[in-house]
Amino acid sequence: MQPIQLQWIDYTILIAYVAFVIGIGWTLARYMKTSSDFLTSARSIPTWVTGLAFISANLGALELVGMAASGAKYGIATAHFYWVGAIPAMIFLAVFMMPFYYGSKARSVPEYLKMRFDERVRALNSIAFAIMTIFASGISMNALAKLLNQLLGWDYNVALWVCSGVVLLYVLKGGLTSAIYTEVLQFFMIVLGFAPVVYLGLKDVGGWGAMNHQLQTVAVTPSALYLKDAGITYAPDAWTSAWRPVLAGSEHNPMGVDWFAMIFGLGFVLSFGYWCTNFLVVQRAMAAKNMTAARNTPLVAAVPKMFFPFLVIVPGMIAVALTAMPDKNYRIPPPILSEATYAKAVDAVKNANPADPAAAVKAVGDALGKKVAPDKIASLVAANAASKLSDTQIKQGIYNGIAENYYDGVILSLVKKYCPPGLLGLALTALLASFMSGMAGNVTAFNTVFTYDLYQSVRRNWLDKARPSTITYKDGKTEDVIVTPKDPADSHYFWMGKFITVVGIVLSIGAAYFASKYDNAMDIIQLVFGFVNAPLFATFLLGMFWKRTTGTGAFYGLFAGIGGSTIFHALTIAHGNMPGIKGGYVHVVQEFPSEMAQNFWLAAFAFLVCFAFTLVISLATKSMKTDAELKGLVYSLTPKIVDNNIPIYQRPAVVGVVLLIVCVILNFIFW
Amino acid sequence: MGLDIRWPIGLMFTLIGVLLTAFGAVKKSDSMSLDININLVWGVVLLIFGVLMLFGAISGKKNPPSA
Repeated sequence: MQPIQLQWIDYTILIAYVAFVIGIGWTLARYMKTSSDFLTSARSIPTWVTGLAFISANLGALELVGMAASGAKYGIATAHFYWVGAIPAMIFLAVFMMPFYYGSKARSVPEYLKMRFDERVRALNSIAFAIMTIFASGISMNALAKLLNQLLGWDYNVALWVCSGVVLLYVLKGGLTSAIYTEVLQFFMIVLGFAPVVYLGLKDVGGWGAMNHQLQTVAVTPSALYLKDAGITYAPDAWTSAWRPVLAGSEHNPMGVDWFAMIFGLGFVLSFGYWCTNFLVVQRAMAAKNMTAARNTPLVAAVPKMFFPFLVIVPGMIAVALTAMPDKNYRIPPPILSEATYAKAVDAVKNANPADPAAAVKAVGDALGKKVAPDKIASLVAANAASKLSDTQIKQGIYNGIAENYYDGVILSLVKKYCPPGLLGLALTALLASFMSGMAGNVTAFNTVFTYDLYQSVRRNWLDKARPSTITYKDGKTEDVIVTPKDPADSHYFWMGKFITVVGIVLSIGAAYFASKYDNAMDIIQLVFGFVNAPLFATFLLGMFWKRTTGTGAFYGLFAGIGGSTIFHALTIAHGNMPGIKGGYVHVVQEFPSEMAQNFWLAAFAFLVCFAFTLVISLATKSMKTDAELKGLVYSLTPKIVDNNIPIYQRPAVVGVVLLIVCVILNFIFW
Repeated sequence: MGLDIRWPIGLMFTLIGVLLTAFGAVKKSDSMSLDININLVWGVVLLIFGVLMLFGAISGKKNPPSA
């Protein structure tokens, strides 16, 4: 891919954005007086801000890039991640779980676990979360630096350190509030930066109906666009209908999933596991002004979230439609290859014998190290033999002939195609903004969990515990006493919060290098995320709604869930994968039609294992907490929230139902 | 918390809106995409958005929310 040439207007927009985010941090610095201000925003943020930050914290560039990629691979069914996955989970969080998170006055999700159970469960959750969130941050920054390197030709190291530096500047000054405010800015950047691209893409394709028409042809022979292997065919609505292909069975949709895995695995376990327990997003709701604001935060977030598929998934579908239209001169980008590789392939074409196309095809394929389309390469060789083509023309022909797709490149290829200088700067800045916001969000979640749940916890429970000591008097007499070291002042924790922010950024940079060195790093990290997240929701569900759940049950149940994930992964594989990091390395007991199916079933299994173990062990052990201690933490021991004094359109339960109905309607429209 | 986020959002988008509108108006041929002067059109949209945000910020200042 040719690096994009940016013009002064594009750089100006970029610099303006960076200046504003740093400026926001600087302006907020004077309001940062306590550790609570810095790490948790001291419950002071208006609902619309926390709501947009809530969705924005999750809207990293990996989502922008990934959803467009999935839109190309799977069509509108990708919207299930939103309409079956995220929205119900967000509504559940708002109506049922926020009262416990916010009402308990816990400063973090692990702290809620400590209040509900004990320090062991808190420690397990905070250590797992801290590690996960640093890796998530590193993955984000690695993807950003790679992008800047491929797209603009910037040096990887320079890009990584400079972008991390910008994030450090505004987060160190303004803490969580800085991160939240810039997340809101980023939200508008993304919507306003990408909406024109979607509009132009739809216009180019000829409109929504024309796009669907193309996709229906593609669905019958997806191999023509290298979407699937030859011989695979689907019903025409495989890319344009969200439910029918899934209900028809896993061989009838490109995702390779059945309805049970979709609804239970994705819709329930994975989505609720993420949206209801991940501190990165819950932290934004906890920063709200009051209980009603906290409960409304995920609901406010749900509104744009519901319509995001049109912004992020449709580009992928547009790309497929465009590729199917020969006069549009566009294809889904092939894997990125170096200039040297292309040069070798160009030579292979020039040296090929037009009378032996099969050998030519093989030579070009070998030079590239990728699969090629035999007919396209053969006609390229013939064309070159007929009239000498320029190197550029040959290269273009080779580009069009690579029979593999690099889906992650879709959104950028559309930006390149439709954005003139000016708009280009806006779209690229939006992309950059979301990557940096990914790091900022993760680091602000990390510094809170580290400072309060790890550091402060360890201090209070180990280092600063009352302990016996002996005083020796001048006359030689000794006395045994109990010494209780004083808890350090808040300023110490404030300092620690800042210090660990710097550490968090440095660790993220390290994680970025790790991800860049090992191709499998992303896979490993996603895998471990899955292992840890999948069982988590079972723990919270039982903890919040069943007062009989004990700390011991929760702790060992969680372990069992993680163990269950690991065992399931070791014994299953997805069709087409080799045993190893993708699973099945002990023995393949079950093969799934796709990786997604494997993931969904793994999640379901881990959830059930955790649920069962937590239940059984809780029944067999005694709770360490009295009913009085659990008040406000468990459903049966918490006074019901009375919403009568709020106008009806602000009551979380009412809003939740309305949103659910809209979501169901959307599901029907795209049935 | 001390800073109404509508100020920086409003200011930034007004600024970018002005930049894009000016660029689109002056460099028409560079700004075309599918026969639309997208810089001009979208620049105006951003400008309107930014100004609306600023109005929100100003009215927020006049009617401070109760503590």
